[in-house]
Amino acid sequence: MATAISLRAGKVPATRQVATAATVESRAVRWILIGITVFFLALFICLPLAIVFSQAFEKGLGAYWASLRQPDALAAIRLTLLAAGIAVPLNLVFGVAAAWALGKFEFVGKSLLITLIDLPFSVSPVVSGLIYVLLFGLQGLFGPWLARHDLQIIFAVPGIVLATIFVTFPFVARELIPLFEAQGQEEEEAALALGASGWQTFFRVSLPNIKWGLLYGVILCNARAMGEFGAVSVVSGHIRGRTNTMPLHIEILYNEYQFAAAFAVASLLALLALATLVVKTVIEWRARPQFAESAEGEGEEQIA
Amino acid sequence: MAFAFKKRSNLPGFGLALGYTVLYLSLIVLIPLAAIFLRASALTWNQFWHIAASPRALASYRLTFGASLIGALVNLVFGVLVAWVLVRYSFPGKRLFDSLVDLPFALPTAVAGIALTTIYSPNGWLGRPLASIGIKSAYSPLGVAIALTFIGLPFVVRSVQPVLEDMDKELEEAAASLGASRWQTFSRVVLPTILPAALAGFAMAFARAVGEYGSVVFISGNMPMRTEITPLLIITKLDQYDYAGATAIAVVMLVVSLVLLLPINLLQKWSSSREEKAAGLIPERIEL
Repeated sequence: MATAISLRAGKVPATRQVATAATVESRAVRWILIGITVFFLALFICLPLAIVFSQAFEKGLGAYWASLRQPDALAAIRLTLLAAGIAVPLNLVFGVAAAWALGKFEFVGKSLLITLIDLPFSVSPVVSGLIYVLLFGLQGLFGPWLARHDLQIIFAVPGIVLATIFVTFPFVARELIPLFEAQGQEEEEAALALGASGWQTFFRVSLPNIKWGLLYGVILCNARAMGEFGAVSVVSGHIRGRTNTMPLHIEILYNEYQFAAAFAVASLLALLALATLVVKTVIEWRARPQFAESAEGEGEEQIA
Repeated sequence: MAFAFKKRSNLPGFGLALGYTVLYLSLIVLIPLAAIFLRASALTWNQFWHIAASPRALASYRLTFGASLIGALVNLVFGVLVAWVLVRYSFPGKRLFDSLVDLPFALPTAVAGIALTTIYSPNGWLGRPLASIGIKSAYSPLGVAIALTFIGLPFVVRSVQPVLEDMDKELEEAAASLGASRWQTFSRVVLPTILPAALAGFAMAFARAVGEYGSVVFISGNMPMRTEITPLLIITKLDQYDYAGATAIAVVMLVVSLVLLLPINLLQKWSSSREEKAAGLIPERIEL
């Protein structure tokens, strides 16, 4: 690297060595900085992970399995899977539609629309839950109407699903919009010119081009959907076995001092988080050419 | 086609895709968010002010914003350091640490909350040694700051990392060849280049921390006036069926998060323009 630079700068070769030494910190400084970094990450990242698993297995493997097989725990796991199972596909379809409209076309108000799509990330989870209580709760805007028709959204499963959809709303869209934007329209135009229909073009040309970005958005969306706490806590009503998701079940167990059981359920979510990070790393590695080619200047795309 | 506001294109499906996007966005996000302002408008200004500026609410703002600021500042300093070390140096386990930086995004906040509380509680791995030197970590404002540091950790790192990766080393070599010390080069050449990205990360970490609930409620102890964060105050009011109170405070939070979007967007724009300049700057200069 230094060679190329000094050549381009037209410097005499003798200065090369000086320049190289001058852009690297001394060995001692380097190891001190590495040491501080490792200490900081170990303290804030590794230690919390370690405590989750050490507490989960504190009373042994038998107790661990027993706390996962409790009916309430199983009901919480089922509800979490259900909420994510509805929220993720809906946001996936929305994300693809939004990316098609916003990534492939230019129109007035586009950047405003992108800001609005990102809005749920800026809203506190508690406020996200509250807005649905104000709409559908007993004292809410539609509350009396819902009560008359014997429909329940708040303190019931539909509210949990709605809150989950809201907090995971932007994940897929924000991943795909820059990808479609960068890929342009040439390939689709070629397909259309060769006689493919619109849907054929979409499924055979556009979709395969964004498959890694799509998967990336989906796993991040899923991790958040299964782990959401604040928003779901506001709308759930905490009815054991009925409206408790895994994070809410953890809270109840923890507040009842059933620490080992709380951490056993927590360890499942921690495993989900680790699996998400592994898949994410693999995708970044596999899709590097695709990302690099199409996502110039898209440095923020990892930030959720 | 009736879409006069759109640039001509040969691709089909614009109307369907945009229509669905706007419909879904309105149903899930815009109309529910509007409901909160509608609800708040039922309050008179005096009622609103009485709730939003009550001593308990003010104490919660102080804690929420103060602890968020501390967390974001810690992340600003350490985030730049972590990004620098991950980009510039190699050491065993580097790739693992690099992947783990995103853990606070992936780990559910409730799990983070109970894990941090267990670590810093008076009998915990770190809580006990801290308590023995007279520092109360869990169930105190310090605990809130620790949790908010955790959840904001990836922002500065992930915002600064790509800028450092793209940064041309020629800039630093030029500075060094002109006689700058390594520290001078860092503070006058590297730091100004990464500053916009670092500040954008800082602002995002702050914004995220202000609204955070799950990781804080366990460690904070939740004592009104002392360790009660604003999102918890909203939930407390809801649990007491005080919908007007919850709405008023939620409006304050919502306005703060919307206002914070502006500097974040500006900093991100500044950062990407600075990044482009830093990548393209040197050849021009040296040609002189």
